[in-house]
Order: sequence, then structure tokens, then C-alpha cells
Amino acid sequence: MIENQKNYLTYPKGIMSWLLTLDHKRIGLMYLFGGLAFFFLGGLLALGMRLELAAPGNDFMSNDTYNNVYTLHGAIMVFLFIIPAIPGALGNILLPLMLGAKDVAFPRLNLASFYLYTLGALFTIYTIIAGGVDTGWTFYTPYSTTSTSNVIPMTMGIFIIGFSSILTGLNFIATIHKMRIPGLTWYKLPLFVWALYGTSLVQITATPVIAITMVLLILERLLGIGIFDPALGGDPVLYQHFFWFYSHPAVYIMILPAFGIVSEIIPVHSRKKIWGYKFIAFSTLSIAFIGFLVWGHHMFTSGQSVFSQIVFSFITYFVGIPTGVKIFSWILTMYRGQVSFTPPMLYALSFLFLFTIGGLTGIFLGAVALDIHLHDTYFVVAHFHYVMQGGTIVAFLGGLHHWWPKSMGTMYNQTVANICCLGVFLGFNGTFFPQFLLGLRGMPRRYATYDPQYADLHNYSSFWSAILGLSIFIAIMNLLWSLRKNNKLDPGTNPWGAMTLEWTHTTSPPHPHNFEEEPVLEHGPYDYDKVIVEPTFKK
Amino acid sequence: MDRLTEYLFPKQVSTFAADIDNLFYFIFYSSIVLFAIVVFGMLYLAIKYRFKKGDDIRLTSSKDHNNILESLFFIVPLILVSITFVWGIRSYLKMIIVPDDAIEIKVTGQSWFWTFDYPDGGTTLNEFVVPSNQPIKIILSSKDVLHSFFIPVMRSKMDCLPNRYNIMWFEAQQEGVYDIFCAEYCGTGHSQMGAKVVVMKPAQYEAWVAELGSDDENIPLDELGAKLYTKKACNTCHTLDGSALVGPSYLQTSQMWGQERVFDDGTSAVIDNNYIRSSILEPQSQIVAGYQGVMPTYQGLLNDRELDALIAFLKSLEKDSQI
Repeated sequence: MIENQKNYLTYPKGIMSWLLTLDHKRIGLMYLFGGLAFFFLGGLLALGMRLELAAPGNDFMSNDTYNNVYTLHGAIMVFLFIIPAIPGALGNILLPLMLGAKDVAFPRLNLASFYLYTLGALFTIYTIIAGGVDTGWTFYTPYSTTSTSNVIPMTMGIFIIGFSSILTGLNFIATIHKMRIPGLTWYKLPLFVWALYGTSLVQITATPVIAITMVLLILERLLGIGIFDPALGGDPVLYQHFFWFYSHPAVYIMILPAFGIVSEIIPVHSRKKIWGYKFIAFSTLSIAFIGFLVWGHHMFTSGQSVFSQIVFSFITYFVGIPTGVKIFSWILTMYRGQVSFTPPMLYALSFLFLFTIGGLTGIFLGAVALDIHLHDTYFVVAHFHYVMQGGTIVAFLGGLHHWWPKSMGTMYNQTVANICCLGVFLGFNGTFFPQFLLGLRGMPRRYATYDPQYADLHNYSSFWSAILGLSIFIAIMNLLWSLRKNNKLDPGTNPWGAMTLEWTHTTSPPHPHNFEEEPVLEHGPYDYDKVIVEPTFKK
Repeated sequence: MDRLTEYLFPKQVSTFAADIDNLFYFIFYSSIVLFAIVVFGMLYLAIKYRFKKGDDIRLTSSKDHNNILESLFFIVPLILVSITFVWGIRSYLKMIIVPDDAIEIKVTGQSWFWTFDYPDGGTTLNEFVVPSNQPIKIILSSKDVLHSFFIPVMRSKMDCLPNRYNIMWFEAQQEGVYDIFCAEYCGTGHSQMGAKVVVMKPAQYEAWVAELGSDDENIPLDELGAKLYTKKACNTCHTLDGSALVGPSYLQTSQMWGQERVFDDGTSAVIDNNYIRSSILEPQSQIVAGYQGVMPTYQGLLNDRELDALIAFLKSLEKDSQI
């Protein structure tokens, strides 16, 4: 039993043992805290924007300041938090555990990805210190080739983080193919693993395109090579094609892991076999594939050919079908189960509500004629926040609450966590629902000041954003507060009665080598109809 | 439905606006039905099968598929999105096929204002005058970065590119003055890059066009300046009553004539004819303290006589205010 008390958090000791660690769990934790730091920063920037937008004029900041703030908010949230955080943090911590493996396939490569992420983060911090960047996170040319702000450091940062994404994706694919324990066949994998597999495929195929685009943009600024700048014979719309060829699939890099998390939380907290396992697994892959063929729907007003408009609109709707199948499957999973309203489950239910709105409003934007009115308005802002925040971040918070006792060996205050989840839900809807109405009425995005006719809805949105921000902050603090002294759980704790390998075959927090001996697979990940795993929750 | 439309949308002014709003309602009501199924289904199952205090943990049902239900998941959304897709394309074709009898007007975006060139000569800034019940074909381009020409009441929008022309059209059915916004981010002055579309009765429009091309040579300088003040869109940023808008009021500048003005870099200059001339032609060189440098240059848009006229008009304001 002495072996049992040795866990990855406390053994080995010393700062160097963390900085040079090859342990996927420690690397995952470093991603987690790095990601949370940028989440906090991006959140502050968001609240700054809402403060400025609470009233029509330039009340708190000048146009230039606002442009910097919104650009950094977008770039930090997308490139430094959402894209790296879920695969980098939860994916790293959980993937080998779920497969019964000792580590990922290439532990050194894994550490290298983390340091590439850190280097990219340093470039971002430099950008902020040097005075910011004002092009929008999309870096559309020719504005980005002519802007005097720090476009090069920021795009360089994104270029470097891209490599971190590619290497992590590569590592995960190799791990999923080669590191499963005997008997753990593809259809016995937890769905989170399927989601990471789909994500990794997109990461290694799409990310090189953004890397090349960023390099071309940097070369354009430094050497004037004339790829994008019309003054030099280039084409700004070409940039948009390049950018969205990555950035649309990147939406699935961001949302697929969230699908994976929800596919774990719902069966565990409903104590019920998941509905339509194969449907969910294959819809992940089909979304990853179709996601490559729809980038043109970001460009319905750019003047691309009528034929392209029709084709992109048509294919866009095919993303909707597998996504709908997933939503219905998650809901039906609860049928004849035993549903507990724990914090992870509340987040998962919030996810279903919010992501459904996010998905359905995508149907409005896929209809070309309607998109022409809604394009570049607050309707789009609301739509992608419902997908990215209401979907991905809410699922991420759910996953964090679900696996917190596993990875940290402590339990947070569940009542506070539930209240915060409600606060996030209300605050989120209060903030972003009015933005659909703003968009319908024609309020364009990226405005520092606006016409007074939009003041009421903006004001309302700003008010609720404070509640949203506060709820997320308290939710995270509640998690961190559980790390205080003398709050350790019994290493055998499995508070939700989950039956994937990370819960049934190792301690909480896990052993430095994951499992004391190679686990033997006794049942599938969701066999609540065959085996009873009692929840155990002891201090 | 009318009241809902009034609440949700700007006015329906173009001929295709109602069709687009109806497409919205089709998706909207289908979505509400699907959303209600999701939310009520979720709440019903979660509450009905909730784990109650005192319940034993037991083996649960192995049910994980139902062929009829799953076919419905595919077929119902497939039908709905097919209708949406076809409707979206049909309406889109109406929006891009320009009628033959359209009046052609050239619209140019430039950081941060709009220029409108009319077919029989004449140019306006930030004021787009069109006749009602007459198709208008708009040829769009940009002089610098990307802009996007957005008229919410027409339900239409199109990007302005520096290297290529884009086309849009509309036919306004109701006279009035409506908003134009720039919808593609273009830098510091993006949120100020608004304009107005003025829809007039055709007869009124004819008269307006005739006056637009008329000779300005024979009117006194300060009267010409007063005309240019609105025609060249100075009024969108500078008031005549002393209140500050995006830029300082003309009245304030007029009252400070001959005095020092302080700039945001700490330097200052005396307000005189040369100062006014350079702040119209090179607005970025000296930015008045407390304001943002968002004014575009008017180089090439005003001739010498017109510059003189604006200066004369500005000077005259102080005298008028004393009366």
C-alpha cells in the first residue's frame, strides 16, 4: 500500500522534475495552468470590451485601444486557450490512462510540444508589452500588411503554436494506434478517445496551412513579396481562402474534444450505457472530414463565384446532420438511467442547451441569402460564442469538474460548483442572446462605438457579462481552493462510479507510471447494464 | 408577425427584403420546434430518471438504439435543411441578378468614408441618394484596405476590394433616410465609417441630380462652404453648435480664430487659414488634443475654391453666433 501513496503530483519532487518531466500527466497539468492563465487574460479583455460597449460613445477607451483589446481577446482565446487547452490539458492527462498505457507514444515529443506552446505564448506576451496588435484575430490583408501594430510577433507566435498542435496531434494518433492494452479494440475505446483521434487528424492536416499562411504574411510585411497585397499585385481574397481553409477545420479542433467530454460525462452521471456508440464515433470522423470542405461559407460577401457560393452552402448543411445525431444520442442516453445532478452533469446539460442554439443558428448563416444580411454582424458574434463558449468552454468546465478528483485527488465544494454552473448558464445567455437581436437589426461587429438605437441591448449584454465572468472566476477558484492542505481524498476514490480505466484501475491522483501493473480489461467503457461500479467518496 | 418583424429587423425597404425575412422565419420556427424537442426531451428524461435519495445503484437498461428514431434523426433534419438550402439559393439569385434598367452608381470605400459617383457626373460623400422604385446597380471597390458596404434595410451587403469590382443591387420601395455601415474591419475609424442612403421620389431625385451637377462658380464663398459642409459629409463628425462629436465643432474652431490650439503630441499652432487648409488636406499631421485621428484626407476631393469656401464658411460661424 506504500506504493499507492506515491502519486505523480508528489513524486519525483523538485522544480526541475516538473520542467523536464516526460510524464504526460504533468505536461497536461502545465498545459492546464498555462491555458487557464490565458483564459483569465482573454476573459479580462472580453470584460473590457463589454465595459466599453455598455454605452454608445468612446466612454472608456479610444477606437485604437478597443481594436487592440478585441484582437488580443480573439487571438488569445482561440490560439492560446481553446485550441491547445482541451487536447493539451485534458487530452494529455487522460489519453494514456484511458488506453491503459504508461505514457503517450513519444513522451519527449510531448514535452517539446509544450515548450513550443510556451515559446508561442512568450511571443504573444511580447506582442502585448510592445503595444498590441489591431488587425482582428483573422489578420485580413491588406490591413494586416499595412498596419503599424505588432503583426509579426503575434503571427509568429501563432506559427510556433501551430507546431505544438501538429506534434501533439501526431503523438496522439500514434498513441491511439499503438498503445492500447490487449483487448481494448476500437469499439471499446471511450468516446473521448475517438474525439481526440478526430481532433488530431484535423490538427495534423489543417495546421500546416495556417503555418504557411502566417509565414507568407510575415514575408509580405518584411520583404513585400506580393502574395496578398494588391498594391504589389497580390490578392487579399486569396488570404481569406488560406486562412479559412485552416480556421474552419480549427472550429472542429475546438469543438470535437468538447463532444468527447460530453460523451463521457453523460453516461457516467446517468449510470447508463451510451446511446448510439457507433453513431457518435463515426459522426466525429465525418464532421472532421466535412469540416475541410466548407471554408467558403466565411466568404459569402467576398465576391466569390455564384457556383462556389452554392457549393459551400450545400456542403455546410452536411455538418449539421451528424451533429444533430450526436445531440439526440446524448439526450437519449439518459433514458432509463439513474441521472445525478452533479456539477459535471449540470455543465453537460448546459452544453446541450447552449450548443443546440449555437448549432441551429449556424443553419441561418448557412443560407446564402440570409447570411448576406447577417454576415459580419453581431449575429455571427453570438453564433460563434454559443458554439465556442457555450459549447467548448462549458464542456471544458464540465470535464474539469469531472476529472478534477482523478487528476488532483481532491474534491471541490459541489454546492458552490453547481451555483457557479447556474451563474455561467444565466450569465452566458444574458450576454450573448441579445447579440442575436443586435445582429438581426444590423449592428456590425468590431465597432468601438455604435448608433444609439443599439444601446439597450448592448447595455443588457454588458450587465450579464459581469455575472458570466464572475461565475467562471469563482468556479475556477472553487477548484483551486480544494487544493488546500489536508483536503486529500482516499486514493481509491471514484466519486462518480465511472468505469473507464483511469477510474477503475489506478489511484486518484494516479501513480507516476499510471498503473502499478498492466491493467486487464474487464468490461467496456459504458457497461452500466452489465457491471455495477459503486461510487466511492472518502476523505 | 408584423410586430415581430418590426422588433427583430430593420424596415423592409428593398424588393427582396420580405423574402429574406420569410426565409428567416422558416428557419426560426423549424429551429424552435427542434430546440423544444431537445430541451423538453432532455429535461423530461433527466427528471424522470433522476437518481433519488434512497435509490439503490442498480444495473440499468442496455437499450442503446432504436432504428425508427435514428432514421428520423437523419430524415427530418435532412428535409428541413434541404428546404433551407434551396430557399437560400433561390433568394440569393434574386439578389445578384441585376435588372437591365438599373441605374449604375459607383461606390468607393476609403478609410474612413464612402464616395458615390453618379452616372451623369457629380459626386457625394457619405450621402447616397437614390430614387425609389427603380433598380440601382452598385459597383463597389476600395481605395485602400477591405471595406464592406452594408445597408441593413435593404438586407444587402458586399465587400469592397482594392483590386477587383464587386456588384450588388437593390430597388427601394419606400422613401426615407436609412443607415449604411462599413461591415468589414478597416482600422481606427471603422466604427465611424457610416453613411446614409436617402431614398427620394423619382421626380425629386431628378431635381437633386440636376442640382448636383450645377455650377458652383457664381455663389459667394461662405454660401458654397455651407453647401459643401453637408455635401462633403463634414457634418458627420463636426457640429456647428459647439458640441464635440468625433471631431471638434466648427463653431469652437471659429471662436478660437487667431488663438493657439494644442495637439495630442504637445505641440500647438495658431488657428488661421493655413492651419484649416492643412487640417483638411493632411488631417493626420496635427491631431487636436482629446480627439482621435480618424479623419481621412480630402486631398483630390476639394479644389482650391472649395477649400477657400469651407474656410470662409467656418470663419463666418463666429460672427453669426454673436448676432
